Amino acid sequence: MDPGVDNDQGLGGRRRWQLAALLSAPMLWLGVAYLGALAVLLVSAFWTVNGFTGEVVREFSLQNFRTIATEEVYRNVTLRSVGVAVAVTVICVVLALPMAFYMAKVASPRTRGWLVIAILTPLWASYLVKAYAWRVLLANDGPLDSVIGTPGYGLVAVVIVLTYLWLPYMILPIYAGLERLPDSLLEASADLGARGGRTFRGVVLPILIPSIFAGSIFTFSLSLGDYITVQIVGGKSQLIGNLVYANVGAANNLPFAAAIACVPVIIMVVYLTAVRRSGALEEL
Amino acid sequence: MTRWVLRVVMALGLLFIYVPLLLVLVNSFNGDRTFGWPPHDFTTRWWTAAWNNGGARDALWTSVKAGLGATAIALVLGTMVAFAVQRFKFFGRDTVSLLIVLPIALPGIVTGIALDSAWRSVIEPLGLGKGLFSVIVGHATFCVVTVYNNVLARLRRSGISLEEASADLGARPGQTFRYITFPMIRSALLAGGLLAFALSFDEIIVTTFTAGPGIQTLPIWIFNNLFRPNQAPVVNVVAAVLIVLSVLPVWLAQRVAGPEAGASRT
Repeated sequence: MDPGVDNDQGLGGRRRWQLAALLSAPMLWLGVAYLGALAVLLVSAFWTVNGFTGEVVREFSLQNFRTIATEEVYRNVTLRSVGVAVAVTVICVVLALPMAFYMAKVASPRTRGWLVIAILTPLWASYLVKAYAWRVLLANDGPLDSVIGTPGYGLVAVVIVLTYLWLPYMILPIYAGLERLPDSLLEASADLGARGGRTFRGVVLPILIPSIFAGSIFTFSLSLGDYITVQIVGGKSQLIGNLVYANVGAANNLPFAAAIACVPVIIMVVYLTAVRRSGALEEL
Repeated sequence: MTRWVLRVVMALGLLFIYVPLLLVLVNSFNGDRTFGWPPHDFTTRWWTAAWNNGGARDALWTSVKAGLGATAIALVLGTMVAFAVQRFKFFGRDTVSLLIVLPIALPGIVTGIALDSAWRSVIEPLGLGKGLFSVIVGHATFCVVTVYNNVLARLRRSGISLEEASADLGARPGQTFRYITFPMIRSALLAGGLLAFALSFDEIIVTTFTAGPGIQTLPIWIFNNLFRPNQAPVVNVVAAVLIVLSVLPVWLAQRVAGPEAGASRT
């Protein structure tokens, strides 16, 4: 039970007014205006656009969703976007685990403080600046090319840059999870004869699962919705976000854009429901 | 042995994180217009050019105004919801928390399109076209969560005994708020406000959809000039400035609330 919560089931008249005064403005903003806008967007996914006049036809139709489900372009882009999001998440986990472990269990407390700051600081640097930095780094004849070679602009570059952007979001929850893990558990496992790898698989990893899922919510959803990084380092490749953007802007087909936008939203809802059981949402 | 492997991975990880940022800083002094590598001569020409670039300065000013506006709204709304959720028990309390997180959990483009079409079909007919104000509204929508999270956490930890004591000693509600409640949540407001400002200052997707004609925030300005080769050195200086500035909030948060502050951006 939270301290300070009024436990009277029936709120007194005065408290009821206080609550109404506190909640009315935020709820009008987020509950009515924002949620309303989202609802209209969702409904408009079932509308169509008249091919001749370009006007929105406000009649229920599954045409948009049928197009998305049947045409190969949309299936490919969806699969590619999910593939990129999965790849980014997996690489982030692989990089974050040893880094977070070093920070939480190997480094001295003094070093640990500095390392946390070192991981946190880039989060405040602009997203666009970071993507831009990689555009310079990955350029042909750029710095990377003159040292080890560059993959050039394309899907590989997109995965690298998204990994770079979201890595701290994976390190921090894993680090927090490891800090709570008592050293005695690791010692007990070692005393019982387990080697490093066995302790990691048998003791550390199971405890870290909620933290890893928590981090993955960030890395996965942020990668899935991204369309800016793709434009900066992706060359000609397209992700779901680009299709939505193109349909709002150039094609001026808002209903179809709304229908495409439903794809990442549905994927995220399914993903959130799936990881909720692990307790990941409490780790956010 | 394992220790050494971990140490090497940590070092490589930090290298991965910092090399791109350092590159931008070095390039801002690179005499070569196309950033030929390694740099041959040192120049401060681009810094002068960036300082005199009207577009970049206007965009910076727009970003600051949008950030301050969104932060102010987020501070008020976020604090109100945090108090409602922490100090009252009511039907749908969990839903409220979910609603606050939603604008940041959904892909930015979804929030962007939704707000854009709502503004065009509801508010524009009333005579208020899209401009700086619509950007502030859009930013405030996803900034509320940072203030809400920080204030809620503070209220959870501090409880209400001090406020009850104040009331018992005869303070009016206004006095209790001024002398007890506000000082108690002040640093949480600062941390939440700082995060809200940073979030707004860096946002590009929702901004793209909510900005009126002629409104350019700094991220939009950078994006628009990113693909123009002759603007590259100036864009690079602006990027370098933003990297240097990003140390500021970390330093501030450390000073105000101790090392664990700012540990989460959302």
